[in-house]
Amino acid sequence: MNDLLRKIADCIEFGKINKAAPYPPQMKGQDGADELTRQALDEGVKAQEILTSGLMVGMEKVGIKFRENKVFVPQVLMSAKAMSTAMIHLKPYFLSGEVKQKGTFIIGTVEGDLHDIGKNLVSMMVEGNGWKVVDLGTDVKAEQFVAAIKEHENAFVGLSALLTTTMVNMEKITKAVKEAVPGAKVAVGGAPVTDDFRKKIGADAYSSDPQGLVEYLNANV
Amino acid sequence: MGKILDQIKTGKVLVSDGAWGTLLQQKGMQPGECPEEWNLTHPDEVFDIARSYIEAGADMIETNSFGGTVFKVEKYGLGNKVFELNKAAAEISRKAAGDKFVIGSVGPTGKILMMGDVTEEELYAAFAEQVKGLEAGGVDAIMIETMTDLDEARLAIRAAKKNTSCEVFCTMTFEKTVQGEYRSMMGVSPTDMVETLVAAGAELIGANCGNGIANMIGIVEEIRKANPEIPVLVHANAGMPHYHDGQTIFPESPDEMAALVPKIIAAGANIVGGCCGTTPGHICRVREAVDKM
Repeated sequence: MNDLLRKIADCIEFGKINKAAPYPPQMKGQDGADELTRQALDEGVKAQEILTSGLMVGMEKVGIKFRENKVFVPQVLMSAKAMSTAMIHLKPYFLSGEVKQKGTFIIGTVEGDLHDIGKNLVSMMVEGNGWKVVDLGTDVKAEQFVAAIKEHENAFVGLSALLTTTMVNMEKITKAVKEAVPGAKVAVGGAPVTDDFRKKIGADAYSSDPQGLVEYLNANV
Repeated sequence: MGKILDQIKTGKVLVSDGAWGTLLQQKGMQPGECPEEWNLTHPDEVFDIARSYIEAGADMIETNSFGGTVFKVEKYGLGNKVFELNKAAAEISRKAAGDKFVIGSVGPTGKILMMGDVTEEELYAAFAEQVKGLEAGGVDAIMIETMTDLDEARLAIRAAKKNTSCEVFCTMTFEKTVQGEYRSMMGVSPTDMVETLVAAGAELIGANCGNGIANMIGIVEEIRKANPEIPVLVHANAGMPHYHDGQTIFPESPDEMAALVPKIIAAGANIVGGCCGTTPGHICRVREAVDKM
């Protein structure tokens, strides 16, 4: 049984979606996250255990390798795809409440900015680490973030921006969120964003990579 | 044809232009507006920017068409105006350039092939439509830039080669990893880039954006090691932006940028210009530095 969970973790780490997937070459022809997750459930492994001891273990490994520049965006995307394929099998257990998520994370690319690659990457990694993610999309205005956090109490908020010209909107949004829900926690990220910027606009967390954000969230469950 | 490359072959180092986006904002463009739409709605302002780089001493200027594929402009409801927006971009720069060169800017689509966002055929068609508009407006070369994925870059080059008679250039964007190597967001090294882009038909390659001109020296050295012949262009950022009183400020001054020009030329660059945060002031000083060589 442990062997099966370890194999699932490997599939997530290396981005092996299913048996038919040609990527990664060294795992060609082997069962992927799809088949192994199904098999584990059929063998009676608890969905929670598959998530915590299989999927999340693999996701953490890829997150750390990404931070260390040992892998790049394509590998993370393949891992995320493997993860979402496995999650389809677990979905009924989320809906029934048998599997508990750690909390809710609201994410969006800020007003004026239409870039979504970074936002999607973070969204997938946070979800893959056991969080419910509410993705508001791109060009998201302060009111939309405020409405979302009012709907999802105790959620964390993540703001993304690629442009130096749009990251300035993070200040306005952070203020609006904190005014609407005092004590709300706001994390910021994106290519031009720095921790210095984070301090100046009064946000709570900054990370240069998705794994850093995951660690922040996990530390504040 | 072959005009920019002919000048490089004579041993000349050429000067390109600097940032456009920040200057458009200074002229009143709001975040959330489509920059390319300004080619139709604010042609005089776009012309002023183009002209300011010619006056600063640039040998070539870009066009206001970085986000000019259907995948970008359709987000603003302008999906049916790709040709028109790009043609207008080229015409404005052409008018401003006088006897200098115009290089038509083509940026990434923001779509990821390997995620199945788009097919290769769709990407190719999008680039083909854009470059036809740029050529119709009078560009000398197609400047495919800020690429991070080799497949997207290859498709853009092929679209430009097959659908225009312009010279075709391509730059990618690299950052330094924690191990001190250069890689694009998608994990491509300058060495990886050289082979694929040259094989696809790029007649000039290089690097743009990034974290300032100092890193560009190492990138150019790596390109030169992989290919001693191919002409190389650098469009460097004025460093990483700082945030101050509600505004973002790029730290590298014109003098700091100009001071590194001899090193970047020694590393093997044939064309030097700026990217985010650079101004006509930067290009003016780069011009002086090149002329002193």
